[in-house]
Amino acid sequence: MGLETEDQIEVRDGVDRETIETVQAMAGKYKHGWETEIETEYAPKGLNEDIVRLISEKNGEPQWMLDWRLAAFARWQKMEEPRWAMLNYPEIDYQDQYYYAKPKSMDAKPKSLDEVDPKLLATYEKLGIPLKEQMLLAGVEGSDEPRKVAVDAVFDSVSVGTTFKEELRKAGVIFCSISEAIREYPDLVQKYLGSVVPQSDNFFATLNCAVFSDGSFVYIPEGTRCPMELSTYFRINAENTGQFERTLIVAEKGSYVSYLEGCTAPKRDTHQLHAAVVEIVILDDAEVKYSTVQNWYPGDEDGKGGIYNFVTKRADCRGARSKVMWTQVETGSAITWKYPSCILRGEESQGEFYSIAIANNAQQADTGTKMVHLGKNTKSRIVSKGISAGRAQNTYRGLVTMHPKALNSRNYTQCDSLLIGDKCGAHTVPYIEVKNNSSRVEHEATTSKVDDDQLFYCRSRGMDEEEAVALVVNGFCKEVLQALPMEFAMEAQSLVAISLEGSVG
Amino acid sequence: MLEIKNLHVKLEEDDKVILKGVDLTVEAGKVHAIMGPNGSGKSTLSYVLSGRDGYEVTDGSATLDGVELLEMEPEERAAAGLFLAFQYPVEIPGVGNMTFLRTAVNAQRKARGEAELSAGDFLKIVREKAKALKIDAEMMKRPVNVGFSGGEKKRNEILQMAMLEPKMCILDETDSGLDVDAMKLVADGVNALRSEGRAFLVITHYQRLLDHIKPDVVHIMADGRIIKTGGPELALEVENNGYANLLAEVQ
Repeated sequence: MGLETEDQIEVRDGVDRETIETVQAMAGKYKHGWETEIETEYAPKGLNEDIVRLISEKNGEPQWMLDWRLAAFARWQKMEEPRWAMLNYPEIDYQDQYYYAKPKSMDAKPKSLDEVDPKLLATYEKLGIPLKEQMLLAGVEGSDEPRKVAVDAVFDSVSVGTTFKEELRKAGVIFCSISEAIREYPDLVQKYLGSVVPQSDNFFATLNCAVFSDGSFVYIPEGTRCPMELSTYFRINAENTGQFERTLIVAEKGSYVSYLEGCTAPKRDTHQLHAAVVEIVILDDAEVKYSTVQNWYPGDEDGKGGIYNFVTKRADCRGARSKVMWTQVETGSAITWKYPSCILRGEESQGEFYSIAIANNAQQADTGTKMVHLGKNTKSRIVSKGISAGRAQNTYRGLVTMHPKALNSRNYTQCDSLLIGDKCGAHTVPYIEVKNNSSRVEHEATTSKVDDDQLFYCRSRGMDEEEAVALVVNGFCKEVLQALPMEFAMEAQSLVAISLEGSVG
Repeated sequence: MLEIKNLHVKLEEDDKVILKGVDLTVEAGKVHAIMGPNGSGKSTLSYVLSGRDGYEVTDGSATLDGVELLEMEPEERAAAGLFLAFQYPVEIPGVGNMTFLRTAVNAQRKARGEAELSAGDFLKIVREKAKALKIDAEMMKRPVNVGFSGGEKKRNEILQMAMLEPKMCILDETDSGLDVDAMKLVADGVNALRSEGRAFLVITHYQRLLDHIKPDVVHIMADGRIIKTGGPELALEVENNGYANLLAEVQ
């Protein structure tokens, strides 16, 4: 370990009392906390080999897939849950969970969206997710061009449907649920699945290998620019159910795709587990943008309920001059444990990580990235904005490593923390390892609090306190918001405001 | 328009009494100036009127058109027509000057039950007013006050004032840190806003701003009170003789 530092900053007194109260008021204002009443088919509670077999069978998987799952399960049983993160939560009883839940109406495997249960479609409509193949008008100034976004909608353990499949197929792009991909494109899946995040990677990733039920698969052929944005929306509806989705994106030489992931869940008093794996393979000259707006139910102000989010995301820039850009807006979850990473293997490959993590009330976030420089002349950039309010603890944890062969490589890291109130915490834990003499690593970090003078200035101009806080916080996050695709930047901006305002009931 | 009666204010933090019975009436259409030595309570008066935290009013009142200001939130005072041009305008990183201004204008309109300005209408008005203050499009894109020179910050305050069209404008040492040209620009901006329905309270150390913004009435403040009130000639007297004589007179 090269360098390890840690600092905990306590906010001084004098923060406007009302600011704190405003922020407290936002608890219980989670917008997507309603539930869809629908008949659900569960696998029996608990986890054993039979459950793994059942999930595989439900998905109609070939033998190799089942064997892979079983190997992962055997390994997982010998592993221990990591406890190094700055997260405090009671022990998770892995036998007290459902590992598979599926709306009964999906039994018949609808062939198209027209055949899908209207209740399910209504759920996505209520969430504002377009499942009709409609043009999406971006609500952004200066952009009057209608844009298309293809959506894969995952409800509990299964994919409900994917839009614009035909149009994408014409371009040679494959966008479907991973369960479908395992059946229809087994060679592609077998070639790449587990090649970025191996079965043995970590406790939660290994668990995912054993029990993942669905997720999305994207394949962009050589030289193809994906004709539209792709997105997956994950919705946990069933109670006591873990969601374990798996996403695999393969960008062949010279291709490009922009992908967005959104997540919501109903309000529940109990904690729910979410352990996803995302793998991205990027070949020569290809580029992938992966944006996440994570808005899982964060629990109430006392920390009751909420999603435990343990996610492994990694991109492998295998090809020369390949490029990946992770952008994440993390506003939900009771616990966030997530480090979208870049393996910069190809020469001159580039990795970027832009993050906004908001933790309020009793939320805890331990999130950051890993930039592993393996190839020559590789570049990476990290911009992390952490916002803590209430009693929340927000940790940035990042690793930058320059391997001996990663000559002339560069990293720039900027970590800014913003504190609202005097009971929250911000922590920055950068790990830096440099094993050659020609690479350069820069790390800048700041911690500030929402300033009473700024709020007073805004209010003296007529904004109420909520508007003022939202304006200041959005200003703080601007660099990251700008990295999002335009449509989602607007969504994220209002989400940032909602998370801190409590203006939506 | 603005009526301050027997205003007593202390600091919340350490009970230090700053204002010890301020009486002041500003009529519509008039420009009043307050001058006084450091620590006399001039800036405190402007902060208390606009509703900044950290002060406790122990006695007295301040009304705008008969409505008590001291019980309102700062944003309610703004919507009621009060504006404070800050001595030290605050920087807000990442928030575009234009965005800030539009949010403020529309927040006030909303509070008064008026329709919000459309992006197009807003732009048109802002361009016109910015031009008069020599504020270019580039400065409107920059984050609020971040990296602005002293003169740019003060011109920006006047632009906000022009856009928000308040009834009662308080200028807290708007001349501090300005060179002669910048002061002229700011003063022209203020003079352009003078009208029958609008009043100004100009807080300053020096006579020189009052050469450009001609006051109707001049007050001298010392030790938390208005100790003398007169015409523009009072400012000249201070300029020539300092505060010592005036202070001695009172004691």
